[in-house]
Amino acid sequence: MSDNTALLSVRDLQKYFPIKRGLMQSTKGYVRAVDGVSFDVSPGETFGLVGESGCGKSTTGRSILRLIEPTGGQVFFGGKDIRKLGRSSMRKMRQEMQIVFQDPYGSLNPRYTIKQTLEEPLIIHGMERSSAARTKKIAELLETVGLSPSRMNRYPHEFSGGQRQRIGIARALAVNPKLIIADEPVSALDVSVQSQVLNLLDDLQKQLNLAYVFIAHDLSVVKHISDRIGVMYLGKIVELSDADDLYAEPLHPYSQALLSAVPIPDPDAKRERIILQGDLPSPANPPTGCPFHPRCKDAMDICKTVTPQWKEVRPGHHVACHLYH
Amino acid sequence: MTLSTQVIAKTNLSKSPAPPKSKSPLRLSIERFFRNPLAVAGLVILLAIIFVTVFPQIFTHYSPSTPDIMNTDSPPSAMHPLGTDSSGYDYLARDLYGGRVDLTVAFAAAFMTMFLGVIYGGISGFFGGWVDTLMMRFVDIMLNFPFISLILVLEAILNTSSQWMLVLVVGITSWPGAARLMRGVFLQMREQDYVVGAQTIGASKWRIIFRHMLPNSLSFLIVLVSFSVASYVGLDAALSFLGLGVPISVPSWGGILNSTTDYISLKTEPYAWMPPATLIVLTILSVNFIGDGLRDAFDPQSKA
Repeated sequence: MSDNTALLSVRDLQKYFPIKRGLMQSTKGYVRAVDGVSFDVSPGETFGLVGESGCGKSTTGRSILRLIEPTGGQVFFGGKDIRKLGRSSMRKMRQEMQIVFQDPYGSLNPRYTIKQTLEEPLIIHGMERSSAARTKKIAELLETVGLSPSRMNRYPHEFSGGQRQRIGIARALAVNPKLIIADEPVSALDVSVQSQVLNLLDDLQKQLNLAYVFIAHDLSVVKHISDRIGVMYLGKIVELSDADDLYAEPLHPYSQALLSAVPIPDPDAKRERIILQGDLPSPANPPTGCPFHPRCKDAMDICKTVTPQWKEVRPGHHVACHLYH
Repeated sequence: MTLSTQVIAKTNLSKSPAPPKSKSPLRLSIERFFRNPLAVAGLVILLAIIFVTVFPQIFTHYSPSTPDIMNTDSPPSAMHPLGTDSSGYDYLARDLYGGRVDLTVAFAAAFMTMFLGVIYGGISGFFGGWVDTLMMRFVDIMLNFPFISLILVLEAILNTSSQWMLVLVVGITSWPGAARLMRGVFLQMREQDYVVGAQTIGASKWRIIFRHMLPNSLSFLIVLVSFSVASYVGLDAALSFLGLGVPISVPSWGGILNSTTDYISLKTEPYAWMPPATLIVLTILSVNFIGDGLRDAFDPQSKA
């Protein structure tokens, strides 16, 4: 699945957190938060990453940006392996890829006015030299995300959650990135505001040809915005396909269970609900074989011992499951 | 898409020609502080005490170091409103001038504690890992350091005792508490999204520390300083009382108390020891009220 036109290529990304115990803080094992994740994102595309809490979605996002240093694998951005970049080239690279956070209340410095928050990236990257030019650029940014520039001298506490999320998006846009990692950008907002922010992201993508890695646990949100979707379970991608394809016919039993939980806006529609049994196993001690087998309704004997291979079952539709071998 | 265009239209409509002045979080905190009656009372009392100790000449024309040898052990009179001690020193003058030592030591030591604590704790919390482990073990050692013996040793070696030595000793033995607090604040703040956000934007370590982390830990710092001032006033008085503080010739509240601890004075001369004791208590109480007020003002959620 190597693709030369890809903007972002993640190859076998790993992030193991050591578990330290005892007097000498010796390493007693690893939490495999991200365990061999690979995917590509093309320019202008939205790649959705879904899974339940604790499956490693956010860690994947932050490892791509090297906010958390990955323990293994490669991240190619525009053909360059960003894990090999030095400090100054990494800082330049940060202009190309940005993040939007989940919590709109924690993501803005409470002591900075909106203007100061948006000015910071412009100053750091020396993008607009004069103060007047910066103010003009900030006004443009605020208008782009649908906020009035007259409010740029206000503080974050004077804005609502949805407005703050727009400010967070404006900050990400300030450096003209090509890729934005959206780490559950709407899950802290209420439903009416969610759709506004999603529409804004959608509009921005069309205007600026942005690529998104859209991390979420809510499949209906992801469906609305994604071109392709990867389903994560316990640090691994278990299924990857076009959004429409995945929603029409999920192959992996875990995807099937997730999708069966999405409400259908039709009271007469009948659908079999698959209720997942048990909890997410500990990533410090993952099950042998297929990590999903203890909760899988279709588990076979082979699932307990052999890790399923990543396989392209249909064009563009990959799955790691013994049912399709 | 339609939704977002609607929103743009709406925000443009609500654009007022002259938006009201925006209040910064610091400004809001200050306003909250001044709405707290206990805190304001504490501030007024503390300012009054500072005023009388800085300008004692307004209230007494006696010098605290020139004895009135014709009037030793005199009870309160028109000439000496609080009487004189056995050497003929005027009690009122000594009480008023005595506050200088106590307050200087307390404030100077508090700022020294804060300064050392911020630097040490900040480094420890920001870098984390083994640096943090090592630095915190040293804090553990310092927390158990017997500082009264340190004062004794220093006084013996230098053969003198002065208020600046007190500041130094209190400062270098009291910073570990502040360091531990700042470490905790920095560790917590390092994970905040706006700090991570500054990192994604490409901000340097120093920019993150000085522009984002320090300003946001300011509230913790101010509260810490205010409470440590209160404890240092008590500490300073206690040291002078034990005879470990400033020389007897220099007036201090603790020193006056020390000279009036005999049974006769305690029983028959309340005018000698009540005023300095009251001043100590009032100072500590008012500083504590201010500290409480600041804590509530900076963090309204924590209000008990």
